[in-house]
Order: sequence, then structure tokens, then C-alpha cells
Amino acid sequence: MTLKAKVEKNTGVRLFFQTVIGRAYPRVIGLLRERSWFIFEVVLPVISVAAYVFIYRAIGAPDIYVGFVVMGGAMTAFWLNVLWSMSSQMYWEKETGNLALYIMAPNSLMAILLGMALGGLFATAQRALVITLAGSLLFNVQFEVSSYLMLFGVFMLTMVALYGMGMMSSSLFLLLNREAWHYANLAQEPVYLMSGFYFPIKSFDFWIAAGASIIPLTLGLDAMRQLSFAGGEELGFLNVRIELAILAVLSVLFILGAKWLLEYMERLAIREGRLTDARR
Amino acid sequence: MQVSTPESHPAEHGIWTRTMRVAAWLGWQIESNWADPMIFLIYSVVKPLSSAAILVVMYSVITNGEFNNPLFPYIYLGNAFYIYVAAMLNGIAWSVIEDREQYRMLKYIYVAPIHVPSYLLGRGFAKFVFSSLAVFIIIAVGVIFLQVPLDLSLVDWPLFLVSLVLGLVLLAMMGLTLGSIILNLVNNANFVGEAVAGALFLFSGAIFPLDVLPTWLQPVGFVVPISYWLELLRRALVGPLAANFPTFNAFSNLELLGILAGLTALFTVLGFVVFRYCDHQAREKGYIDRVSNF
Repeated sequence: MTLKAKVEKNTGVRLFFQTVIGRAYPRVIGLLRERSWFIFEVVLPVISVAAYVFIYRAIGAPDIYVGFVVMGGAMTAFWLNVLWSMSSQMYWEKETGNLALYIMAPNSLMAILLGMALGGLFATAQRALVITLAGSLLFNVQFEVSSYLMLFGVFMLTMVALYGMGMMSSSLFLLLNREAWHYANLAQEPVYLMSGFYFPIKSFDFWIAAGASIIPLTLGLDAMRQLSFAGGEELGFLNVRIELAILAVLSVLFILGAKWLLEYMERLAIREGRLTDARR
Repeated sequence: MQVSTPESHPAEHGIWTRTMRVAAWLGWQIESNWADPMIFLIYSVVKPLSSAAILVVMYSVITNGEFNNPLFPYIYLGNAFYIYVAAMLNGIAWSVIEDREQYRMLKYIYVAPIHVPSYLLGRGFAKFVFSSLAVFIIIAVGVIFLQVPLDLSLVDWPLFLVSLVLGLVLLAMMGLTLGSIILNLVNNANFVGEAVAGALFLFSGAIFPLDVLPTWLQPVGFVVPISYWLELLRRALVGPLAANFPTFNAFSNLELLGILAGLTALFTVLGFVVFRYCDHQAREKGYIDRVSNF
């Protein structure tokens, strides 16, 4: 008996999308298999949100700030996902020995990252939704959405830019070892501060807020708050349409940057033999 | 023929302190030697300073920068000292996860002739040293730039030092308890320290007076030992201002110290008992060298 059945292999665009789906799959299915993660990833941000809400109550802040905190707390889920499961993911893959397999396989590293991003976005959106619902119910947040379409548009553009930034920074992590964990850790609280997760970014000096706008969540959160709360516009940094335009530019820049940087860093990492070393 | 039992072997003398000293040094190396000292210094300070800055901005946005209100030093100092809580609880809990999962050294630590609880406490001591740097810088920034009314000549130093030491022992023992429990956990082990530190942040009156909590939640704050510790530290540092918040007004300094000392003793016993039980369970079930890649 001869075994000459021809294996159908995908190439080009089909292979690209097959890779995207293949890498997104574990992100989505992981959520269903390990439900306790979901509980922890919802409970921890809700605890933070509650702490910040009680501070605002202690200092007698208007109710709109409670809404701002709830929305900011929900968006932390996306930042943490980008930071720990996108940017530093290459470091974890190196630690577990998968990175070399990714490079050896006949597929695009960009497709792998895109799959990670889409899977992560889907899983994180569910967490963010539950955090928003829990926070809103616990603290009686009143939403007054002025345009659902714009709100959806801002959210989607923010996510494209944010995950684009995550893909771009993940290439930098290709070169890192033990320090990767510390750098990712370092990017948590300072970004919460600079992006105004718990207060309107307008509270900063204009140029500081403008500088912080390089992080897509800064403008995304600001625009979403303007669109979701009565009186939100008065506390907004820029006009929502301008923020949308800047987010669109950032999306393009980060995705192109990710493609270019990924190719460059992959070549560099191969040349310097950093794809398989694990200096713990 | 004379046979020396393991208990009587000279190498065993002082094993607790030696283990703790070496573990603290190891912890320091793990935390710091990935970067040059300057980068490490920046790393150690930027994160806690950012957390403090979030509170400062929130406060100043609402009060238009009215930093001379007694609530500000309450929030600021509570947040600064809470760094110890997060670092020591999370630090000891993480050292179990790191050694078991990441460095895969826990089994070798277990087969070495050392005292394991002292090893975990030593790792916690390294965290205490890093945290002290951040606490000092945050308080200094508060005094210099944000009108935190801390006058060194008016500080009740004996009360401050006794409270600080008691609180740190309490935190170390709470950390040991958590680390012991984590010996038996695989899934979610990395969340446990964070979840406990987060919950204590909410219920210890670290950044807002307990009276702000809904009435039915306020009793939780009185059960949390850290509430008493933070109150004592505030009283020692900015005594008259601390009196503006009625939560613990019914207690004198001595009574608060007594409660803190009692809770520290309780957690010391609890820490070692829980370790003994969890250690036995982990050995029985073969969890010491289990790797899950969490």
C-alpha cells in the first residue's frame, strides 16, 4: 500500500488568515476552559474601581467622576491585555520555547500577532463589559450616550491603535530577557497616570496631555467619556472628531510600524542569537 | 560510637537566621541585578510615585489643590505606607511562584538543609528594603512639594518605630500564610497575593477613612489588622491631623498598640501553623516541583 495522499497546504493570504485564526483560537477558548481566570480578572479591577470611587466620595467629587472611574477601570483590562499578553508575549513564548517554533514555521509573525490581538481583544472585551456593568450597578452610574455610532467608532479605532501599538512593542520584547517582565511591570501605573484612567486628562497641562496622547487609550478614553456622560464634553481634552482623526492616524502608524519593526527585530534577534536564549 | 542526630549537628545552629540572610540577599539579587543601579533605582521609584501621583491629581482636580485639608495627608501617608503591604504580601507569595514555576528551584530549596519558612521570610525582607526606598521618596516628595505637614521634631518617634516594626512583622507573617497557601495552588496562584492586597487596600482605610464605606461594610475594616497599623503610623507622624477622622477616636494609642501586638502574635502563630499544614499537604500531593506555566 502506498501513502501518497497529497497534503493540501495553504499559502499566501489563506495561510495568513489560517494563522490568525489558529493563534486567536487559544485566546478565546482559554477563556472558556479556565473560567476562574475570568472571575479574578473581573474582581481585581472592580476592587480598584471601588477604591478610587470611595476616594472621590471622600473628597466630595461630583457623580460624573464616579462614571469616569468605572469606565477607566474597565479600560485597564485592555491595557493589561496589551501589556502582558501582546507586548511581552514574545518574551513568554521565548521562555516556554514556542518562539523558535513560530519563527521556523512557514507563516508570518505578523499573522501570529494579529491572531493574538484579535483573540485577546475578544476575550478582554467580555471582561471589560462585566467590569462596566458591575461598576455601574454597584455605584449607580448614569450613562447618557450622545451618539452610539460615534462611541462604537471611537472604541474600535482605539482598539486598532492600541493593539497596533502592542504588536509594535512586542517586537522590542523579542530582544529582551529577564528585564522584559520588569519593563512591562513598569508600564502599568505610569500609563494609568498619564492616560487619565481615573481622572479627566484635561486636568494635565495641555502639552503633557498632548504627549500622553501617543498612548491610544488617552484620547480613546477621553472621547468615550465625552460621548457617554452628561457634561462629559466640558471635561474633555479635545473635540471628539479631532480625537477620532488622531486615533485613525495612530492606528495606521502603529500597524505599519509594527510590520517594519517586527521584520527588523526578527532579523536582528536571529543574527544575535536571542530567539532561544533564556537568561532568567 | 557517637552518632550526631540532625538536630544536634553544629551546622544546624543559627539555621533560621542564616537562611533568612541568604534568602534576603538572593531576593535582592533577583530583584535588582537585571539592570544597572540607576535604571533599577528609577524602576523602584517610578511605579509607586505614579500611583501616588494618581491620587494627588484626583484630589487636586476636585479640591482645586487644597492640600492643607487634613484629608490629604490622610490619603497620602496611607497610600505611601500601603506600599509595604502590597510588596510584602505579594512578594512572599510571588517568591513561591517564581521559585516553583519560573526558576524551577523550589525542589532544590526543599532538598537543601535550610529552614523553608525563614527562606520565604528572607525573600520578603528583600521586598521590604526596596519598598522602604519608595516609601521614603514618596513621603519626601509629599513634604517638599505637596504640603504634607510632617514635622520631624513633632513626630512621636517611639510610637512610630514600635508600630512600624510590629506592622512589618505582621505583614511578613501574613505573607508567609499566603505563600504557604500558594504551595498548594497552581491555577490562580499568581492572582492570590494581588487579590488579597487589593481587598485590604479597600478595607484598611489606606486611602479613605473607613466611614466612607457603606455602613454594612465598615465592620470589615475593623477586622483588618492593617487598619490599626496605618492609624498608628498616622497618629505618630501627624498626630493632631489624624484626630480629624473619627473611625478610631474611641481608641487610645496604647489600646491600638495592644490590638496590633495581639494581632501580630496571632498571625505569627497562624503563619507557622498554616505553613506546617500546607507544606505537609504539598509534599504529600507532590506539588513542590509541579510546573503549570500558569
